[in-house]
Amino acid sequence: MSTVPYDHQHEAHGHAAHGHGHSPSFLSTYVFSLDHKIIGLQFLFSTLIWFIVGGMLALGVRWQLAWPWSPMPILGNLVGHAEGGQIPPETYTMLVTMHATVMIFFVIIPVLAGAFGNFLIPLMIGADDMAFPTLNMLSYWFMWPAFMVIGASFFVEGGAAQSGWTSYPPLSALFNAAPGSGTGQTLWLVGVTFVGVSSMMGSVNYMTTIIQMRAPGMTMFRLPMTIWAMFITATLQAFALPVLTAAGFMQVTDRLLGTGFFLADGATANNMAAQAGGGQPLLWQHLFWFYSHPAVYIMILPAMGMVSDMLSCFSRKPLFGYKPMVYSIAGIAGLGFIVWGHHMFVSGMNPALGLTFMVSTMMIALPSAIKTFNWLGTMWGGKIQFTTPMLFSIAFVSMFIIGGLSGIFMAATPVDIFIHDTYYIVAHFHYVLFTGTAMAVLGAIYFWFPKMFGRMMNDSWGKVHFFLTFVLMNCVFFPMHILGMRGFPRRLADPYHYDTFRDLMPLNQFMSWCAFMLVGVQIIFVINFFWSIFFGPRAGRNPWHANGLEWQAPSPPGHGNFDFQPVIYRGPYEYGSPEVDVDYYPQTQPPTGREVPPPKH
Amino acid sequence: MIKRFLRWMPNFWALLFLAVPVMGVATFVLADRYNIWLPRDVSEHGRTIDQLFYFILYLTGVVFIVTEVVLFYFAWKYEAKQNTKPVEFSHGSHSLEVVWTILPAVTLLFIAIYQMDAWAAAKMRPPEIPFTCEVTGRQFNWDFRYPGPDNVLYTPDDIVRTDGNLYLPYGEEVLLKITSADVLHSFFLPNLRLKQDVIPGMDQKMWFRATDGGSFDIVCAELCGWGHYKMKGRIHLLKPEEYQAKLEELRQEQNTMRVAETK
Repeated sequence: MSTVPYDHQHEAHGHAAHGHGHSPSFLSTYVFSLDHKIIGLQFLFSTLIWFIVGGMLALGVRWQLAWPWSPMPILGNLVGHAEGGQIPPETYTMLVTMHATVMIFFVIIPVLAGAFGNFLIPLMIGADDMAFPTLNMLSYWFMWPAFMVIGASFFVEGGAAQSGWTSYPPLSALFNAAPGSGTGQTLWLVGVTFVGVSSMMGSVNYMTTIIQMRAPGMTMFRLPMTIWAMFITATLQAFALPVLTAAGFMQVTDRLLGTGFFLADGATANNMAAQAGGGQPLLWQHLFWFYSHPAVYIMILPAMGMVSDMLSCFSRKPLFGYKPMVYSIAGIAGLGFIVWGHHMFVSGMNPALGLTFMVSTMMIALPSAIKTFNWLGTMWGGKIQFTTPMLFSIAFVSMFIIGGLSGIFMAATPVDIFIHDTYYIVAHFHYVLFTGTAMAVLGAIYFWFPKMFGRMMNDSWGKVHFFLTFVLMNCVFFPMHILGMRGFPRRLADPYHYDTFRDLMPLNQFMSWCAFMLVGVQIIFVINFFWSIFFGPRAGRNPWHANGLEWQAPSPPGHGNFDFQPVIYRGPYEYGSPEVDVDYYPQTQPPTGREVPPPKH
Repeated sequence: MIKRFLRWMPNFWALLFLAVPVMGVATFVLADRYNIWLPRDVSEHGRTIDQLFYFILYLTGVVFIVTEVVLFYFAWKYEAKQNTKPVEFSHGSHSLEVVWTILPAVTLLFIAIYQMDAWAAAKMRPPEIPFTCEVTGRQFNWDFRYPGPDNVLYTPDDIVRTDGNLYLPYGEEVLLKITSADVLHSFFLPNLRLKQDVIPGMDQKMWFRATDGGSFDIVCAELCGWGHYKMKGRIHLLKPEEYQAKLEELRQEQNTMRVAETK
């Protein structure tokens, strides 16, 4: 352990802004805080609340698919404009649209980048805070207009947006195309724009912090995978997001100012004509997917990084192939910009383009395969500890294999003709984003909880939570593959209206029962989480005996993070090193020394 | 109690992860048995698509089983209490990583190139024949316009149908013109393995040769508004002579209606 005394490194930048030298008020400490850890926790609590909202919306969808048109108990009167507990078709399309919107824009992206990015980046690189603390605070508070605007959209005339989270025009661009095409759709666009502004602020901050504020000795190739993933994700955001924001503005002007960027000549809906034409609905799809395909990686790369850290820690073994893992993340990000067209194979774009997108999409499976093999290589020859975070991490790998392999079907253009817009796609992205990313996030909460709150979560109840979640989520999402193979389409309020899908109702009912139970067992997690914040056993600095720099800071870290000046001597994955007689070798421990407790501040 | 159970069964978690490939394969086997599988294919190119699907299914199936079993085996063998040997202090293997980079790369590239012709046949090489029918999607119905005896659309002998029933011959090449009157729709014929988004302002082509007769659902696969779920049509594949007779019947019916309107 470095014994270099704490030299008030953080005073060099933003010290005054942090409010040192006078007793900070409750507002400046917990509400408008400039501390990256508080901001990270603000993001975490906000996203957990929206996770519940998104889950409830999903239950509405599952209810309708299992028992169409029958009154939904309790929630029926709450979801949008349901009458008598029954879900009308326009509410169903609102449910699918808003479930995806909430989960993507209010849960997955902000929990990965906002919560874990904020909390972990300075701690893991040895900085006292983000490069721009005020900008960091604003990145959280710019989420609030989005929360409020999207929240309010449920209560406006016609209800919230109903054109799918893809917001394809003309359905989304014409006010009268559907009930939710009115004010609800405008609010959706405004809300997504605010999320974009928040993400952009975060991205600039993350990139600058990681480049500029690393502790002495923390070279780029000594960064943990979590930080590499956050860094590359921030780069993706910074380059892809402006395209969506610009496209969103164009759609707003189509809706409000009478332009026709995305409307063909003579565009009509519900027997009413648009004010202008001359545009092209496909243009929106190109612009939308140019962001939203990289967004898929924005929603998975940080999870991959965190899982790499947890797998190495609980295998008590170095991460297998560190540099190839870094290169594969960079490869995914680079290729991520040239594969958007695979969402549009049957959209009507030039089919010759389909061939090029097929090749690039196939190739993006390659870095994902490398990562999977390297995770397996990390477990090989280790001493695996089945802690709760490790179980979630192994589950991530196990489920990501399914999600990754099912993606190959979609990359194959002729096969995609059949499975596009069916439940096969729904299965694929839920395997990547729910059974994948959500598993990683839950594991990461259990893993970094001691650092966040200074206490441990209950491991036994964590295992119960893991077991039930793992079994039930597979029961919900795996059968979706075979539904899709049968041609079962997405977003149908009553699929049994079609003769060919009528016999699929029992399977849908089974999946829905499992979905209700899946949501129900999350109560175990919620109780464990809040109980542990107040009553969990106190955690030391390094309860997992991990190598990362964050584990050398106090739990929870005070303002400025470190009570000593961290100096880095090695990478973060030196577990089981023959150089020392314990199975971990912290990044700050000098090469010849034994770990000594860091000096008290 | 949980801790006691896990002590009694130390490899419980490894076995749980083994359940993933077991249940995964079992689900697919049962799905086939209970007919939750690819719908009956009645088109020539559908056979090619199904073959490609099975090719990828078997390939990815093998990779899925192997990787999941390896995951289980490592979880089983290297559990901290079971593994008494020192940790393999390894940062990776360059040669191993080269192998598992090149092998998937070659396989994926092969899959991509192997399928190009099927894609081109389905989307890039329309037959040089007159349009058999024009399909128009509108909220929330499929309208059909047959060219009539002159084989030219938008002439007075056209037959226009708005009842959602599409009649086409099987055993013959069919060329459809598809468009939208309002928002995006997607013309999906599961039993013919065909899908094409329908876009306002764009005329697109779709072609196939059906191999068998029967009546099948036409599905709208693109969210098109509140009534999306009920935008159902039926495609009726008839013998060529029956198809001609049906067209004649539709024309007579239309003429009778016109006469009735004139009166």
